[in-house]
Amino acid sequence: MKKSADHLLFVFSANRVYKQLWLVILLLLVAQTAVAQQPVTDDQVNEVAKGLYCPVCESTPLDVCPTQACMDWRAQIRDLLAQGETEEQIQAYFAQRFGDGVLAEPPRRGANLILWFFPVVAVVVGGFFFSRYLRGLKLQQPAVVAAEPNLREETAVLPPTQAPQSDYIARIEAELRGES
Amino acid sequence: MLADFGHFTLLIAFLVSLYAVVAAGFGSWQKRPLFIASARNATIVTLPLLLLAGGSMIALLLSGDFSVEYVWRVSSLETPTILKVTALWGGQAGSLLFWNMLLAIFLAAAMLRKWGEEQVFMPYVIMVGSFTQLFFLGLSTFIENPFARLDFVPPDGNGLSPLLRHPGMIIHPPMLYLGFIGFIVPYIFAMAALISGKLDDEWIRTTRRWTLVAWLFLSLGLILGGRWAYDVLGWGGYWGWDPVENASLMPWLSGTAFLHSVMIQEKRNMFKMWNMFLIILTYCLVILGTFIVRTGVISSVHSFARSDIGPYFFGFIAFMFIFSAFWVSKRRDELSSPNHLTSFLSREAAFLYNNFVILAILAIVFLFTYYPIISELITGEKGFVGPTVYEQALAPLFAVLLLLMGVAPLTMWYRTSIERLQMSLRWPVVATAVFTLILFLLGIHSVGALIGLFVVTFAAVLTLLEFWKGTRARMGRGENAWQAFSNLLARNRRRYGGYWIHMGVIVMGFGVIGVEIFQQETQMRLQQGESLSLGNYTMVFNGVERYAGPDDLVVTEATVDVLKNGRLVKTIHPQIELYTRTQQPMTIPDLRATISEDFYVLLVNWEPTTADAATFRVFLNPLVNWVWAGGFIFVIGTLIAAWPDPRKERQRVPQPRRAAIGAAD
Repeated sequence: MKKSADHLLFVFSANRVYKQLWLVILLLLVAQTAVAQQPVTDDQVNEVAKGLYCPVCESTPLDVCPTQACMDWRAQIRDLLAQGETEEQIQAYFAQRFGDGVLAEPPRRGANLILWFFPVVAVVVGGFFFSRYLRGLKLQQPAVVAAEPNLREETAVLPPTQAPQSDYIARIEAELRGES
Repeated sequence: MLADFGHFTLLIAFLVSLYAVVAAGFGSWQKRPLFIASARNATIVTLPLLLLAGGSMIALLLSGDFSVEYVWRVSSLETPTILKVTALWGGQAGSLLFWNMLLAIFLAAAMLRKWGEEQVFMPYVIMVGSFTQLFFLGLSTFIENPFARLDFVPPDGNGLSPLLRHPGMIIHPPMLYLGFIGFIVPYIFAMAALISGKLDDEWIRTTRRWTLVAWLFLSLGLILGGRWAYDVLGWGGYWGWDPVENASLMPWLSGTAFLHSVMIQEKRNMFKMWNMFLIILTYCLVILGTFIVRTGVISSVHSFARSDIGPYFFGFIAFMFIFSAFWVSKRRDELSSPNHLTSFLSREAAFLYNNFVILAILAIVFLFTYYPIISELITGEKGFVGPTVYEQALAPLFAVLLLLMGVAPLTMWYRTSIERLQMSLRWPVVATAVFTLILFLLGIHSVGALIGLFVVTFAAVLTLLEFWKGTRARMGRGENAWQAFSNLLARNRRRYGGYWIHMGVIVMGFGVIGVEIFQQETQMRLQQGESLSLGNYTMVFNGVERYAGPDDLVVTEATVDVLKNGRLVKTIHPQIELYTRTQQPMTIPDLRATISEDFYVLLVNWEPTTADAATFRVFLNPLVNWVWAGGFIFVIGTLIAAWPDPRKERQRVPQPRRAAIGAAD
């Protein structure tokens, strides 16, 4: 809420203004009907805390961290939830105060998009070069068949008419013979 | 006094290693076998020197000599004796010393083995191995001296970090280190093969068992680390994609790729260059992993800049990488293979697909792990990559890997006809589809879960069929079922040990799907005598007591009755442990474990002021014990594959290459 004045001044987004208005209205409603309100459960708090990481302890999710600081942060989440803020709003609030580093999933913008593009690009581009490499390995095949006696041997073992399953058994039996 | 002695032995060990490198180099350059023999002795002597240094450190820890900074840092007067010994690897300087000791053991063992045909490797094995030792000894002797003194003698020490007092954490680091260091041996032999120019598969056959044992320890380290997290960290899970975890997963991944692809070289004499690349990559990831596991610098550029040893590590990795790359490029003609791929549907192609997927996973994990540093450099703001990002990116790749794991054993070397493959896959596909349909009708509607379960079940069916077909073929020769099965494993340890490992992965896969997708949880504040329910479990809160534990520990322990379907099944005691000196609290869960699920209870909060109320967090973790059972199967399989086969051992040398084809994978 601290920054709302800045937002109204600099961001001419109708949507945002409405949101702020809604909040004000909600706050008024909450203030009036505080008695009738449902208490925020621990599960709701944890649900939000899961998306956040403790800014102090290394890589510990906020819903798990047992330190006093994190208990205070969870209490803060509870207050914000009681005020009717959504999960996204609360996460944005923490990110704004402590940096994007507290978010379990970095916001999908700017340099962070690498995290979602890279896996796809790596597999596609990598796959492209990999398949080209494989095809290159296979090109000279006709010459190779003659050069590799093993290949002829192995294909010769299987009469083409035989059921494909049986060559597997044949292999196992060949092993048995070879060993005993 | 003892500290000076310890530091002195480190210095001597450093000089001896330096001598080993120089003497081996000079001996091979001038063709003087005497120098090589002397270098070999020097390499062996490093071990007793380091054992003296390590022994001194343990003696200092046991006697509580707090004038030594390291002793002061990781132990205190009240530290139990066993933890005083294991505090040897409880901090950075000590674990570097421990690392040095383990490397010396591996190198001495490599020197003392029976050298046969691979004798030509020896000078280079000494040079590369002792050079690695020299680097770590240099760190220990001059930069992170574990024997450094304080200016004064403090009355008491800091004590070991609470996280490191759990039994799991006592054995986890040595396992991980053994795995890391074990992979250095095949790297050393690979480099020796490159430098000597003897580039047949001798180095691979020489180091095959070393590689498997290294892989076994690394796997054990990862599994034990997961178990430790589950038992101590109290978040209901076992793997959090933490940088430190990833640092040990990455060499495991490249090592796994290597274990598979060397089989192509042994069988088909192909992909020598590729295998060199994989083992060099594994070595670099091992050194990098050692550094990160010890210092945890990933979290920020600043903590990296603060670390004393960071620049040295990166310098060393860069040097070794350039050194390795130089030799690979110098020998590239000898490394290229005369043989060619005969079909895209063949065992060797399947191994390549496996390598591709594993390396894609590795690349993604690498980027995500180092992203905090990268983003801080680009944007100035620290980015954090949480588990959900990893899971989105990696889940499809792991599914493909599992599919390959099931299908690849059906392919044959050289080529497999598509009809044959279809024939072998038809019934397993139908059976798995029916099974998945039944799961759907039983109420599992999550698409992710259904795909995952289909893939895992499919791989399970195919792998079990492999065992069945092999056993049946042997039974056809008059053996009874048990004989046939055990002979199948004993006679072809590498292949069926491998399939056994695959079964371990499959069982773990079921467990991972269970926890990832079907985990339930809830948290609630309970008055004494109140209860909460989750699934068909109910827990009743029956009171709290607080008592003093060993050292500076204060334990707050709740008594909780666990009821399943209304019937009392177990009384458990979740705890909050508080180490008063550091004021570091830990929530230690207690649980009721069955084959189908764990009921996992955490005592989150209890204050003496409101004595009869406490907050509990409860998880229902379906199939989580399959993860541990799968890990156990996995380890057994690795032992089967690595166990020496005396019969084969005798045959190995005179056996001509041709005869080996088809006999073993």
